Amino acid sequence: MDVLILSRWQFAITTVYHFFFVPITLGLTVSIAIMETIYAKTGDEDYRKMAKYWGNLFLINFAIGVATGIVQEFQFGMNWSEYARFMGDIFGAPLAIEALLAFYMESTFIGVWIFGWNKFSPKAHAALAWLVALGSNLSAIWILTANSFMQEPVGYTLNNGRAEMVDFGALISNPHLWLQFPHVFTAGLTQAGFFIMGISAWHFMKKTKNIQPFRKSMKFGATIGLIGIVLVITIGHFQAQHMVEHQPMKMAAGEAHWETENPAALSIFAIVDQDNKRNSVDIRIPTLLSFLAYDSFEGEVRGINDIQKEYEQKYGPGDYVPDVATSYWMFRIMVGAGFLMLFIAFVAYIKTRKENFECKPAGLKLIFYSLGLPTIAISTGWIFTEVARQPWLVFGLMKTEQGVSKAVSGGEALFTLLGFTLIYAILIVFTVQLWKKYAKKDMDQDYEPLKSEA
Amino acid sequence: MDLNTVWFILITVLFIGYFFLEGFDYGVGMLLPFLGKDDAERRVLINTIGPHWDGNEVWLLTAGGASFAAFPEWYATLFSGFYLPLFLMLLGLIVRAVAFEYRSKQDSLKWRYNWDWMIFLGSFLTSLLWGVAVANILRGTPIDATKTYTGGFFNLLNPYGLIGGITFVMLFLYHGAVFLTLKVGGEFVERIKATAQKLWLPTVVMAVIFVLYTYIDVEIFAAKGFAAFIWPLIAAIALIMSGIYLKSGKDGLAFVMTSLTIVFVTITAFYTLYPNVMISSISPEYNLTIYNASASHYTLTVMTWVAGILVPFVLVYQAWSYMVFKKRITKDSELEY
Ligand code: HDD
Ligand code: HEM
Ligand code: HEM
Repeated sequence: MDVLILSRWQFAITTVYHFFFVPITLGLTVSIAIMETIYAKTGDEDYRKMAKYWGNLFLINFAIGVATGIVQEFQFGMNWSEYARFMGDIFGAPLAIEALLAFYMESTFIGVWIFGWNKFSPKAHAALAWLVALGSNLSAIWILTANSFMQEPVGYTLNNGRAEMVDFGALISNPHLWLQFPHVFTAGLTQAGFFIMGISAWHFMKKTKNIQPFRKSMKFGATIGLIGIVLVITIGHFQAQHMVEHQPMKMAAGEAHWETENPAALSIFAIVDQDNKRNSVDIRIPTLLSFLAYDSFEGEVRGINDIQKEYEQKYGPGDYVPDVATSYWMFRIMVGAGFLMLFIAFVAYIKTRKENFECKPAGLKLIFYSLGLPTIAISTGWIFTEVARQPWLVFGLMKTEQGVSKAVSGGEALFTLLGFTLIYAILIVFTVQLWKKYAKKDMDQDYEPLKSEA
Repeated sequence: MDLNTVWFILITVLFIGYFFLEGFDYGVGMLLPFLGKDDAERRVLINTIGPHWDGNEVWLLTAGGASFAAFPEWYATLFSGFYLPLFLMLLGLIVRAVAFEYRSKQDSLKWRYNWDWMIFLGSFLTSLLWGVAVANILRGTPIDATKTYTGGFFNLLNPYGLIGGITFVMLFLYHGAVFLTLKVGGEFVERIKATAQKLWLPTVVMAVIFVLYTYIDVEIFAAKGFAAFIWPLIAAIALIMSGIYLKSGKDGLAFVMTSLTIVFVTITAFYTLYPNVMISSISPEYNLTIYNASASHYTLTVMTWVAGILVPFVLVYQAWSYMVFKKRITKDSELEY
């Protein structure tokens, strides 16, 4: 079997899986820290209960986030060793800083946080929660620094057959990073908002006795969710504009936009015919793509075929067109899920403004089922970002096929691919089982569920 | 001293921290199903490391990240070369991490005991495989002119590698047992002390075999001459002292001694390697060294600044977290895991 294909599948599966849990951590740690702060400030017991309740659900998530993160740390060496040799001078630094600055902080303080409910004052305990939230979000900044370099290399020179860092400042002020991180961070807030709303909605449907803390949670989730989704979409728009300039091929693939046009039309439904370099079906809105790209009714948006010609001249003969259908649909699913969430969060926010608001069953059902929407948007967002970068591993510098390990055989790669997939599949069963169990509890008893003995 | 050497030392320190801290974590994990006779006892055992195991594990992640940053060729060669052992280790670490958090979340003995075996398995596999890896790195592996490992999986399972593996397992078991004598309270601790004493002799025997075998089988070790003997000698003395202290009931000192053993075993390994990071059994020309495997001078400089600023903070707050939980744990303590 081909090591390259197997390694790509392995990386895609393990990373997307890791990222099922990451945004929950990013957003929920912040949410819990806010809840604890409110409790410390107002003494409202409900917020203490909320922090404990959502904290328990978060911990189930955290365990698997950490477990799958360990794999990520070593994969670049295992399956992508040629890439690690080429990129190590630049890539290693953010990864090491991530561990030194973020992982230590997150893991140490979360240990104290879990065991410290009765050891610290509410204020001090809230401070611990903030440190955990800071740690996880700092880790995001640093890993995204590495990823941003792969999308948009900056501050390097080619030397000794590899990319070497010459400007650390440029690396961490990469414009791509400062669009990507806010997008991911606010996606995390959105995720937390919908998570909290979804589970609270379930308790409304089941008519849990003491609904008050869930009512407050619903309000809280709607607020965080709305703030999150508005920002994700806004930032996403700027990302797309940035992309038109810096990774035009990615944008063109995301839009299935084959021919250069001015003004350019936006496709809303296409069936892509990659072999013949066109769309066999294409429904389009005139001028809209130019408008989105430049905030103006005019402006040339270059098509895949032109960019391919340019790249052949620049980088030599080869196929520089990513999988257009995948790019196009992933992009659309992300954006579609985004606007759906905007609508839901907006309505939920309005409805929960009243002190003792009531919820209609249909609305509750909708909110409950939209629990999965952030995960869908986030996964498709990443798949779009990474697939539409192909054939490049590091944009303009290294192709994916050049990055794969030489020491690994096809058999080995197949074995680990199956191994990781299998164990991840088993773990999700336990995780969901525990999530269900803990989500179904109410917030009545003060939360000491772990004390119970068998 | 050049920056390459500084980073070699820093990575040595990170591995010392990792083996010292996770050494007792893994020891506790391996002892868990045997020492803990019922659920309450097991929870006591797990809670001795409960607040710390994740923070301890980050030492490994940092060591990995730091080797990537400072010696990318080392990171690339080692982890692609030792591919399947690393995969098995990762599986071990995955199930172990999840097991800690999930084991007490259902009120079923079967659920809990199954996860406890996962904790055992993860701790055991990781300890064993680190021993195998360290032994093979010292002994040398087939690495060709392109810095690529060409040996395959079974090449690593030579007798010397396996003895290294078993030695690490014994060392961590023993270190973990001694750690528990300090952390557990009540009558339970008496049984733990007895276990620690029983583990002492086999650990010494394995260590002796490992050192002798190293002298015979590992060329670079013999080539280092007398100096290479000082470090293992200190380790050996500390190991013997720990047994004596245990007998006389000075558990604190015994723990200091097992810690010193681990510190000096790690120093021995890195001292022996220096200035190499991977030994090629094909030709010494193909050895990876701290120079031909390193990152650029610029990157090393940046990373030196970063580490210089951040490491002190890490040490302070990790030490603080141990202070917060310094009380002995008994069945009546507040237990989380
Ligand atoms: C945008 C954020 C983000 C991204 C892109 C990634 N991660 Fe991650 N990672 C986190 C955000 C995060 C986190 C939020 O900090 C986690 C997730 C769940 C958790 O509990 O911490 C985490 C956990 C986590 C851990 C465990 C840390 C511990 O033991 O405490 C490691 C080693 C990694 N990650 C490494 C990686 C690598 C090498 C990635 C590159 C492919 C990666 N992560 C992608
Ligand atoms: C956590 C969020 C991420 C997700 C969900 C994700 C997803 C993916 C996917 C789906 C691919 C496969 C593309 C393809 O092969 O067609 C891929 C490739 C890749 N990504 Fe990411 N990625 C993420 C973050 C990162 C980060 C942070 C890095 C590095 C800093 C990275 C490095 C790579 C590399 C090296 C590849 C090439 C391997 C391959 O082609 O499969 N990714 N990623
Ligand atoms: C609705 C409007 C949205 C737009 C216009 C948009 C735009 C974009 C663009 C252009 C990228 C690619 C960035 C690049 O590769 O340079 C991207 C990636 C991504 N999107 Fe969105 N997005 C939207 C909604 C969402 C939503 C609702 C979520 C999740 C809640 C989300 C999550 C992500 C993630 C996780 C990535 C990958 C990381 C990154 O490259 O930033 N997006 N988005």
